[in-house]
Amino acid sequence: MMQALKNDRIAEIVDGKRVIVKKPELLAPAGTLEKLKIAIHYGADAVYIGGQEYGLRSNAGNFTFEEMREGVEFAKTYGAKVYVTTNIYAHNENIDGLEEYLRGLGEVGVTGIIVADPLIIETCRRVAPNVEVHLSTQQSLSNWRAVKYWKEEGLDRVVLARETTGEEMRLMKEKVDIEIETFIHGAMCIAYSGRCVLSNHMTARDSNRGGCCQSCRWDYNLVEIEDGSETAITQKEDSPFAMSPKDLRLLQSIPGMIELGIDSLKIEGRMKSIHYVATVVGVYRKVIDAYCADPENFEIRSEWLEELEKCANRPAAPAFFEGTPGADEQLFGVHGKKASHDFTGLVVDYDAETQMVTLQQRNFFRPGDTVEFFGPNMDTFTQVVGTIVDEDGNELDAARHPLQIVQFKVDRPVSKDDMMRKGL
Amino acid sequence: MKKPELLVTPGSVEEIKKQIEAGADAFVVGEQRYGLRLAGEFNREQIKEAVALAHAHGKKVYVAVNAIFHNKIAEELDEYVAFVKEAGADAIIFGDPAVVMAVRETIPGFPLHWSPETIATNYYTADYWGRRGAVRAVLARELSMDAIIETKENAEVQIEVQVHGMTCMFQSKRPLLGHYFEYMGKNMEIEKRQGTQNMLLHDPERNNKYPIYEDQNGTHIMSPNDMCIIDELQDLIEAGIDSFKIDGVLQTEEYRVEITKLYRKAIDLCVTDQDQYEEEKSELFKAAQKHQQKHRPLDSGFFFKETVY
Repeated sequence: MMQALKNDRIAEIVDGKRVIVKKPELLAPAGTLEKLKIAIHYGADAVYIGGQEYGLRSNAGNFTFEEMREGVEFAKTYGAKVYVTTNIYAHNENIDGLEEYLRGLGEVGVTGIIVADPLIIETCRRVAPNVEVHLSTQQSLSNWRAVKYWKEEGLDRVVLARETTGEEMRLMKEKVDIEIETFIHGAMCIAYSGRCVLSNHMTARDSNRGGCCQSCRWDYNLVEIEDGSETAITQKEDSPFAMSPKDLRLLQSIPGMIELGIDSLKIEGRMKSIHYVATVVGVYRKVIDAYCADPENFEIRSEWLEELEKCANRPAAPAFFEGTPGADEQLFGVHGKKASHDFTGLVVDYDAETQMVTLQQRNFFRPGDTVEFFGPNMDTFTQVVGTIVDEDGNELDAARHPLQIVQFKVDRPVSKDDMMRKGL
Repeated sequence: MKKPELLVTPGSVEEIKKQIEAGADAFVVGEQRYGLRLAGEFNREQIKEAVALAHAHGKKVYVAVNAIFHNKIAEELDEYVAFVKEAGADAIIFGDPAVVMAVRETIPGFPLHWSPETIATNYYTADYWGRRGAVRAVLARELSMDAIIETKENAEVQIEVQVHGMTCMFQSKRPLLGHYFEYMGKNMEIEKRQGTQNMLLHDPERNNKYPIYEDQNGTHIMSPNDMCIIDELQDLIEAGIDSFKIDGVLQTEEYRVEITKLYRKAIDLCVTDQDQYEEEKSELFKAAQKHQQKHRPLDSGFFFKETVY
């Protein structure tokens, strides 16, 4: 375990037992209002969302101000926070309208913005001074002196580069008194974020304004050139040259991160489904709570890792927290994998008397299927699906239609917003 | 009309002599421990020699301290920037704010050039760094001619743009060539990959070939074409752009020197006799084309290319 910080009280002895008093924030992605509600309901302390402009996922759902207002209201009922990604590198043409947009964010009551471009930092300070300013990972922040720079510039929090190791974070925490946020789970850039314009060259889409087309995940051949003549290094029978990183998964490193005093643990993935968000948030919520309650007796439970596998669409690795990744933390010859489970239904109601669950269908299932239910306030259980009926009580041979409302009997109680999934 | 500086990237002290004769006004030097994608490796002694040589001819030397730093090297910066000042260099090129901190604490007031490559995209942020010690902003290569000119019109700091050579598309901290060879079990290639500068990534769909190489700073992937706007200098000169850079990374000394000569001629003509420049500019472009390797066509970069997002 890494050494705890000197200035920041992380643990206390209560009744002879060491407990963590500085619990990090669990920060989840929320591409839409539905995802925001699910993330918070499943245990996120904060979510980050994108607005209609100035964010880096031009294909994500992205919130209108009205939706943001509703999201902020919802978050408040849980004591959760909402941050807005405004982390493009602006071009001159993006300057017009920025003040109005940032003022709007201040008015809807978001807690902070995540930002890379000093233009947006200073403009936010001026027109929306109540909004916290967090430096985005797009700034590739990877040393303590730069952390100190941003502290002196008055930023409230910095998000570190993906390339920062745990040891480097320890020194940053020792040297500078500023909140540190770092990624714990999800897809990675193989390049330093912000320093890749493959998309600009290959597809004329500006990666630093949200147009990234993930050219790094494509296949290439490697060629050697000597005095103008080319020799293929990649032979026909070889795997193509690839630079696709495995996804990040730092579940086993959470205790170390908590002991370092990291302030916010961030999950990547505003484009991911509610099933993904619920599963990942649910697991990390349990890990953080279990460690903080009793660090001495904490053990990683295999069911947590198994749970994450159910929604994982790439193999995972702990880069870079546990050190610079090797060849085994990249994907060669494969383009990810299919998650082991399908999201089949969202619980909209449960009748304790009849034991009937009412579900919104999200994927095909039929009587006889073995499914499992999971939720933030229950233990996961498996269930064999019996007779399925529709809203009018008509028996169905299968739940075929997306968003169709169906009912069947379950052995154990469930609650609204619990989820049902099916192994493949 | 103001004559812009012609800035080049020499591979050695010897080359600086030739570049001075060829007409260069200023030089980027440095070592890969602190600087990114340099055409040559200059140790401290060589930096001093470069400064002495350039200054003797009234030319300038900027030292690249523009890597993305991790803790260890970030802690060496005070000592290195103090050396740069003592060596008599004219400016420090930086991207990482750790350099601003080191300069503030060690050599306050020393001129900085802000050059974070892909992320220098608007005039406001150029001046933001200006208020923190930068006298010049080196703009992202992915900007259009119109955006560059608009930036110059609005910014108070000097503006430098690249006019020729390859541009960096990608930097990873991971040794991607080594990882591939390791995965493929090609041990020979792993040993020789450091320092190898003759690998290309072939993109079969676009039939483009991107130079790829590894060094202390990670893996770098470069543009498939060399940009060349020797025939489009007039608007930039009229707008008052302060410095034109020829990036000669991964090129031969002969190539770099010949290209400098052509740009020297183009700039001088454009400033003194625009009609003559108009007449000769396509010849100048053709002359540049003659020096290209056959797998590297010339193009105009993003000067006239629209990107969406």
